[in-house]
Order: sequence, then structure tokens, then C-alpha cells
Amino acid sequence: MSLFGDALSWITDGAHWGGPTGIDHRIVQHLLVTFAAVALAALLALPLGVLIGHTGRGRLVVVALAGAVRAVPTLGLLTLLGLALGIGIEAPLLALVALAFPSLLAGAYAGVEAADRGAVDAARAVGMSEWQLVTRVEIPLGADVILGGIRAATLQVVATATLAAYISDTGLGRYLFSGLKSRQYDEMLAGALLVAGLALVLDLALATLQRASRPTTGKVPS
Amino acid sequence: MTWLNANRDYVLDMLLQHVRLAVPAVVVSVLIAIVLGRIAWRWPRAGTVVLGTASLLYSVPALPLLIVIPVLLGISLRSGLTLVVALAVYGTALLAGTAADAFRSVDARVREAAEAMGYSRTGLFWKVDLPLAVPVLLSGIRVVTVSTVSLVTIGALVGIPSLGNLLTDGFQRDIRAEIVTGVVGTMLLAIALDVLLVGLGHLATPWRATLPKAAAR
Amino acid sequence: MTRPSRFGQLRSTQIGLALVTVASLALTACGGDSDPLSSGDGDNGGGGTIVIGSQDYYSNEIIAEAYAQALEAADIEVQRDFKIGQREAYLPEIESGSINLFPEYTGPLLQVWEPDTEARLADDVYADLVTAAEDKGLQVLDQSPATDQDSYVVTRAFAEKWGLETIDDLAKVTDPMVFGANSEAENRPNGPKGLKDTYGVEVSFTPIEDGGGPLTVKALEDDDIQLAIIYTGDPSIKKNDLVTLEDTKGLFLASHVVPLASEDLSDEAAGVINKVSAAMSPEDLVDLDARSVDEQLPAATIAKDWLEKEGLL
Repeated sequence: MSLFGDALSWITDGAHWGGPTGIDHRIVQHLLVTFAAVALAALLALPLGVLIGHTGRGRLVVVALAGAVRAVPTLGLLTLLGLALGIGIEAPLLALVALAFPSLLAGAYAGVEAADRGAVDAARAVGMSEWQLVTRVEIPLGADVILGGIRAATLQVVATATLAAYISDTGLGRYLFSGLKSRQYDEMLAGALLVAGLALVLDLALATLQRASRPTTGKVPS
Repeated sequence: MTWLNANRDYVLDMLLQHVRLAVPAVVVSVLIAIVLGRIAWRWPRAGTVVLGTASLLYSVPALPLLIVIPVLLGISLRSGLTLVVALAVYGTALLAGTAADAFRSVDARVREAAEAMGYSRTGLFWKVDLPLAVPVLLSGIRVVTVSTVSLVTIGALVGIPSLGNLLTDGFQRDIRAEIVTGVVGTMLLAIALDVLLVGLGHLATPWRATLPKAAAR
Repeated sequence: MTRPSRFGQLRSTQIGLALVTVASLALTACGGDSDPLSSGDGDNGGGGTIVIGSQDYYSNEIIAEAYAQALEAADIEVQRDFKIGQREAYLPEIESGSINLFPEYTGPLLQVWEPDTEARLADDVYADLVTAAEDKGLQVLDQSPATDQDSYVVTRAFAEKWGLETIDDLAKVTDPMVFGANSEAENRPNGPKGLKDTYGVEVSFTPIEDGGGPLTVKALEDDDIQLAIIYTGDPSIKKNDLVTLEDTKGLFLASHVVPLASEDLSDEAAGVINKVSAAMSPEDLVDLDARSVDEQLPAATIAKDWLEKEGLL
């Protein structure tokens, strides 16, 4: 009896597909939570990161803040938020936003900062406004690193989105919890494999995007 | 504060347990990551597979990992070793790529000069490559340290004691002071270790203090 | 100076290869028929010392602490190994002998070993449990009058609105009801299925993984859920003026506090523990729990005060 074999047959069992607790439905929920969390975090972190990278101001404060956020145990944050907001998807979503924030911020400011200074100076010399400088030079040049941050954040969130199932009927984490509590380890491991598989697919998609963002002519030194 | 005063010994005990789990995990992941990073740097083709595997491990959710590791290694579910191994896996996953970057960041001209001066291959690694890789490596180690300290808390879910116990116990008994103590204690520990690392980094790279800031970056 | 872009140069084929590597490693490493949790090390902490465990549940820890202090008062050496997560984490260690004594609950424990058990009444459950424990090479000592069992609760407002006293009365509720509990309840006899089969009551289910803790109470008060499972020993029932619905058709197994012990536990130690069990009334347990939650005292203090009051120290 191999636990991994059992987990695989659990996944391929047709009875576990379809319906409101089926694998397909759980995957969709899991993806929605992941996208929502990364998107909300990006809304805050990317503009802030670009601003810091561009101006070089407030870097220390914000970096320290992001570090502190990284140190917050997600489990603790989830329980505190849960007690404040009640059950449902809000508390886990906020906890995941906090989780995604540091990677996104770091990617954004590092990307903009790393944009070739020669190119930036040249753009300034030809009379680009600061706005043009940011949107036409720094962001395109830093896109690789910025997308790297999004990839890292997405990987973290997709794995941790399992926690959403702690207080709501959402996502692949449901298999982990119900498997753990009722000692159905094939179900639990199946959930873990599905999450890892989902992460792989997302990572491939983002990697493709990242590759496409690289300048086609003239290699930028990394 | 009243809760903290009444339970100071317990909190300190859990803090100590927390350190005992987090520090070995970070040390192990740094060592493995340096080896993997070195491999990736020397043989880029093999390296991409190694780094790909490592980054993939990061996407495995933590909770099942704590059940799977005892199965694979034949150790007790509740053994601290289980958590250390799990955290070392995540730490390595996060750090291996950075380690490869770190070796890449070493100026090829410096290596050539060192080779010309007659450094052996091992000498080159210990005296040139590794020290010069420290700045980039350190940035990765800091991230891993902070996230490891925070991840230790999940051990409480399977009975491995740490500050995470304040989270689960405080939650059940609805003692918010206890939860907050757990969260703040974890953060303070992470920050303390981070400061320590920055200090060690300065000691390990004395030449950087004399360089102008822009160049040091 | 963090550099989040580390995986930038990966190709999909290489990631695919990586996945295969991981999978094959995992598969080869797990070729054996290893049971994930039968890996206790069999060390019972040195000659004669009794290793006492407790759940990561404050009420359980107080009982374990009472065992420990009573044994110490009888000059028996003990070692505390408390706050060990959930049953799935510690049960294998009791079975392997690395923990010798553990406060348990008759009904839930029997359900772990015999998921389809028909026993419901206290004495039937206990009798079955004695046999089941023997099969595992363990023993249960005397069961205590103290009970801590799952029960269905609703808010006072909800109970008054629909005139609810027993679970049967839920049939009178015409609004859709959401039932919140740990995820294992979904497939247990006392979950939505049992409600429908035994009482003909239809509810939808939402998981809240805190075992009837503060989140569950908040969800009840927010009207996110209307029905929840909370332990009868939980002081939050009284504190939040919740109403426990009477289980007239025996959906829940009786659940008395019972010490689960290694087979070789000395008669002397068993005698000490049996006295503790006999002294603990259901009201005592609720009071002990209330002190833990309201006065926020450590388990050791609460257990000591109680043992002294009962003249057991």
C-alpha cells in the first residue's frame, strides 16, 4: 500500500469530481481566491513599489515594513481576522493579501531600481516627463523582475490559500482539513498534490509571460 | 499585559522552543542551498533542473508536508525533526536560486586575477567566491530566516511546541492577549534574528564598509 | 536587496523534468507499506516515570494536570507532555507506548476505533470501549461522572423565535438553516446526514475548524450559521446564552471523561487516577473550564485549586 498511489487513485476516482464538493469546483474556488488575493495585494504593492524604486525615497521604511509583514505568522493573522470579521472568505482573503504583499513590493521596487541607469538618463535627456520615464522606460525594463515578484507571490498564495478552508467552505484546502481530521490521508495527500499541480501550472503560465516581457533585441545583462 | 505577566515562564519556554526549531532549519537550508547554488552555477543545464525542483517544493502546502515527512523518513509525527526538515525544505527552495545568483554576482575578473595568483580550486571557493557572494546570499538568508520563524508556528497544529501554541490556545480560550503575544513574539524574534544577520554580514564583508554606497549595491 | 526573480530562466520542459524528479523521489522513498503515524519511538521516558499527555485543548490539559499533580502527591514520578494537537497526532503514540496516560472522552474515542458503533448510552459506550482498548493493547480506567460531549446549540433568539427545545423541534423551522462544525462532522453520524436520517431535518453545512470555539460562537451570533456543535463543557454556552437542544433520539454518543492508559500502568497509579475521576462532576468540569477562559489562569493553578478543594492533595 503506497500512500502516494492511494492519493493518485483518490484524484482519478470519478466520484470525487463534479458537484459542489467536486475537485473541479474546488480548483475553480482555489484559483479565484488566489487571483483575488494577488490582485488586491498588487493593487497596493505595485504602485508603491514603483514609486519607491523611481524616487528612491522611503525605501528603508517600506522595506522594513514589508519585512515585518513577512514575519507575521499567517495562522495568527487568520485567527485574529477571523475573530474580528467572522466566518467566510473575508478573513482568509485579507491574510493572503498580507502574505502576497512583501514579494510584490520587493519585485516592483527592485525591478524599477534595476532599470539600466544609462537608459533612464538618456530618456531624461531627450525630455521625457517623469510619468513617461516610469511607464515607458523603467517599468518595461523592470518587467522581468516585477513579474518575478508576481510569480513568487502567486506561488506563496496558491499554497497558503489552503488555509481559507479553515473558516470557509472554499478551495482545495477542504481536502486537507477533512482528510487530516478524519485520518483519510489519501484524501489529504490528494489535496496537497492538486495544490502543487495547480501551482506548477500557474508558475508555467507566469514564466511564459515573463519570458515574453523580455526585450527581444539586445540582451539586458542580468 | 496581565496575561503576559502571569505566563511569562511559559512564553519564554515557547520562545526558546521556537528558536530551537527555526535556527537549525535556517542553517541546514543555507548549507544545502550553497551546495545546490554552486552546482547550478557550475553546470547551468543541471542547475535549471535542480533549481526548478527546489522552487516547486515551495508550492507544496505546509500542513500535508508535516504528515508526509514522517512517512518518508520514518520519524515521529510530533518530533521537532519533522518540522525542521519541512522548514529546511522550504528554506532551501527559497534560497537555492539566490545562492546561484550570488555566485554569478562574483566579478569574473576578480576570479581570473585570483586564479592567476595561484589559488587552487578549493582556495578560490573559500577565499574568493564565497566571501564575495555573501552580500547577495545574505539578502536571501534574511528572507528565509524571517519566513522560517513565522512558519514554525504551524507546528502547533500537529503538536510541535513553539510560539504557535499561543495562537492555537489563545484562539480556543478566546484570550486575545495570548494570540497577540504569539504574533508579536514571533515578529520580534524574526526581527532580532534579522538584525543579528545584518551584523554578521558586516563582519563577514569588512571591505564593503570602505566602499561608497552606490558601488556596494 | 531582495531579488524575487529567481526562477526567471526556467523553461517549461525543465520544470516538467523537475516535477518528474520530485515525483519519482517521492515514490521510491515511499515504497514501503509505512503507516504515516505508527512511528512513535516506544521510549516511555525512563524507568517508572509515567508520561502524561494532553490534547491541545485547555479543558483536557486541566484534567491531565490534575492527574499529574495527584500522582506526584502519591510520590509517583510523572513527565508532562501536554498540548499535543489533535487525536490523530497523539493516539499513535499512546498505542506505541511512548505516552502512558491520557485524558480521553468515551464516545469520540470509541468512534475512532469503531466508526460504525451503535452504542449511545454511557454504560454501553464504556463497555465497548473497554474491549476496544484491550484490542489495541491499552486499558481505560474508570469513567468519570464528568462529561464533555458534542451537542447541538442555537442562539437564544433563534430558539425563542421557533420554540426550540429538542433537536426534533428543528423540523418546525421553515427557513433554510446552515450548520457549522469541524469538517469531519460532515461525514459523521452526527452531521447533516444523521440529522436528516434520524430527525428528518435538512441543513446545509459549512466547515469551521475551531471545534466549537470562538469563531463558531461568532458565526452563530452573526447569523452566518444557525446551528453548531459545541462541547457541553464549554463555558461559552452559558456566557453567550446559547441553547443546547436535547438529543432525544441518541444522535450523539455519551462522552464521559475517561483515562486512557498503557496496559502496564501500576495498580497504585490507577487507584490514584480513579479517585480523581470519581471526584469530578460535570459541573466541576464546566467550572474548571470557565476559570481557564474567564480568569485566564494556567492549567496547573486551576487543577491544584480543584484537587485541594476535593481533598485529593
